[in-house]
Amino acid sequence: MVAATNGLKRIAIEPVTRVEGHGKVTILLDEQNRVRQARLHIVEFRGFERFIQGRPFWEVPVLVQRLCGICPVSHHLAAAKAMDRIVGVDKLTPTAEKMRRLMHYGQHFQSHALHFFHLCSPDLLFGFDADPQIRNVIGVAAKYPELAVQGVMMRKYGQEVIKRTAGKKIHGTGAIPGGINKNLSIQERDELLQDLDQMITWAHGAVKIARDYTLAHLDKLAGFGSFDSNHLSLVRSDGAMDLYHGNLRAIDASGKKIFDQVDYSRYLDYIAEEVRPWSYMKFPFIKSLGPENGWYRVGPLARINTCDYIDTPEADKALKEFRRATGDKTCNITMAYHWTRMIELLHAIEKIRDLLHDRDLQGTDLVVTGKRREEAVGLVEAPRGTLFHHYRVNKDDQVVMANLIVSTTNNNEPMNRAVQKVAQDHLNGNQITEGLLNHIEVAIRAYDPCLSCATHALGQMPLVVELVDADGNIVDVKTRGSV
Amino acid sequence: MTVRSRILVLGYGNPGRRDDGLGPAAAAAVEALALPHVTVESDYQLSVEDAATVAQHEAVLFMDADRSGVEPFHLRLVAPGEPVSFSSHSLSPAGVLRLAQDLFAARPAAYLLGIRGYEFDEFAEGLSPRAADNLRAAVEFLAPFLRAGTLGQGAGWASQPEASTAPSWG
Repeated sequence: MVAATNGLKRIAIEPVTRVEGHGKVTILLDEQNRVRQARLHIVEFRGFERFIQGRPFWEVPVLVQRLCGICPVSHHLAAAKAMDRIVGVDKLTPTAEKMRRLMHYGQHFQSHALHFFHLCSPDLLFGFDADPQIRNVIGVAAKYPELAVQGVMMRKYGQEVIKRTAGKKIHGTGAIPGGINKNLSIQERDELLQDLDQMITWAHGAVKIARDYTLAHLDKLAGFGSFDSNHLSLVRSDGAMDLYHGNLRAIDASGKKIFDQVDYSRYLDYIAEEVRPWSYMKFPFIKSLGPENGWYRVGPLARINTCDYIDTPEADKALKEFRRATGDKTCNITMAYHWTRMIELLHAIEKIRDLLHDRDLQGTDLVVTGKRREEAVGLVEAPRGTLFHHYRVNKDDQVVMANLIVSTTNNNEPMNRAVQKVAQDHLNGNQITEGLLNHIEVAIRAYDPCLSCATHALGQMPLVVELVDADGNIVDVKTRGSV
Repeated sequence: MTVRSRILVLGYGNPGRRDDGLGPAAAAAVEALALPHVTVESDYQLSVEDAATVAQHEAVLFMDADRSGVEPFHLRLVAPGEPVSFSSHSLSPAGVLRLAQDLFAARPAAYLLGIRGYEFDEFAEGLSPRAADNLRAAVEFLAPFLRAGTLGQGAGWASQPEASTAPSWG
């Protein structure tokens, strides 16, 4: 329910900047400028599950990419995994699985690089309260040009991996039900090997930046938007991090397992979604704990917390260092998302290296068939977190039901809690400044949300922040440049 | 023999939102011309790595759908500008050019082709008939300039009202 606003002032941050998509934060303050309520609203309508109904199932892995221009590959692969099961396939050929994994790690590499260098680095390098005129990618380019170039080139490299595995950057058709429609040619492999060593070097550098920043500011960051939470992700059967395939593991804030090695096709036995009237994004929770206590975090921080180890040596070393620095226990520090994201960046490029040297990628056995099924679930660990695709298909091969829980939706409650915490810690009783408002955005940005994805929206809007008194009079206005 | 300048043609938009797919559709049409000196790229939106690609060319033509502009299309010069946006999802042509300039010291001649579209609001594929007509008109206009590698030059180009301020080539 919307909180009573009698005697309360309302601040709206719309849209939240340097995140993907369009979100709005509203803060209600009382007359002493104390925070009474803070919420992240998703204001765009979600309609993709309806659009997909009636379409032939084999179109779905391509169609779902229309859902979001930021992370189409994640949806492509999650849908393909579901459609594998629809066509009765539980195990792909080695070539097919490894091509998909290569695509997936390319996606992780470019997405994490883009987020770190383009979206959040201005806050980390210049400070949360820095002049907004420099607290952006041009400011980074001016003061740290090498870092800005690295970010662009790492993003480009990941996109080139995607292009060679999916067939093209847009309308990629690489993953099909039961397999893949192309292998990696020797020429394509050699093109990707050319810049590989440089990418590994830069990935190490990115881990160092994130690590050094976190450790240097740990006193301030430990409490910033932080709270105890459950964590969820896929893990491999031996407990290793696996971004492409595995079983579900959920842990509580202390690391105790809530459930483990759950076949994700049974996710509805473990996860439910709550609807609230003030947002179009739903609120998933672990059923056994109920909506009040069952919400959880996903994404890099959750994956680092849930896994037992990482199966690439440099990232595993970085993981161990992270755990030593955070007390060898489950980490609930929200700003640690940035460090853990860079550990995953390093893991992704190590995996790309290993795959590029695997001759299975040049194999010609690409597709498997089996006995048709009517319902299936596909899950991947997308860059932003666990991504659920669930479909039902009728005897005429048409999709009759689609349910998606996208990564950002899983983090809906945590992001709201982060907004609330930061607002309470930093806005209470203080004068409202742009820097203080950016604190709220910094907390949201740590989750690297894709708000377009969560609501499949288009659109753009200039940022206007209004301070409105209890009578609805505009007391103050701050405007960002229009886009 | 005339040396043709290296041109990048970059169409962007979402083909799953009807006429928002005009940019990628225009890119596909240019790609079908099979011009060796023209690089064609297509994506849902402009992104930071496009700055690296832009920096490798002497001229760039951005192609996008236009919700409300001149029919059937308009052309305008684009200069490097502020890339500050509320997300990387909405990087503008001016922003891409600014990154190309600041990160790679490149400043190619740049133009934006806005093709008038009409249907944007539903999840559906395929251009509306009027948008498809506008696309054909745009490609018919551009093809001679692209073949000759003379983007931004010539009387025909200058007859486009907004493109008449194009700088001299080179």
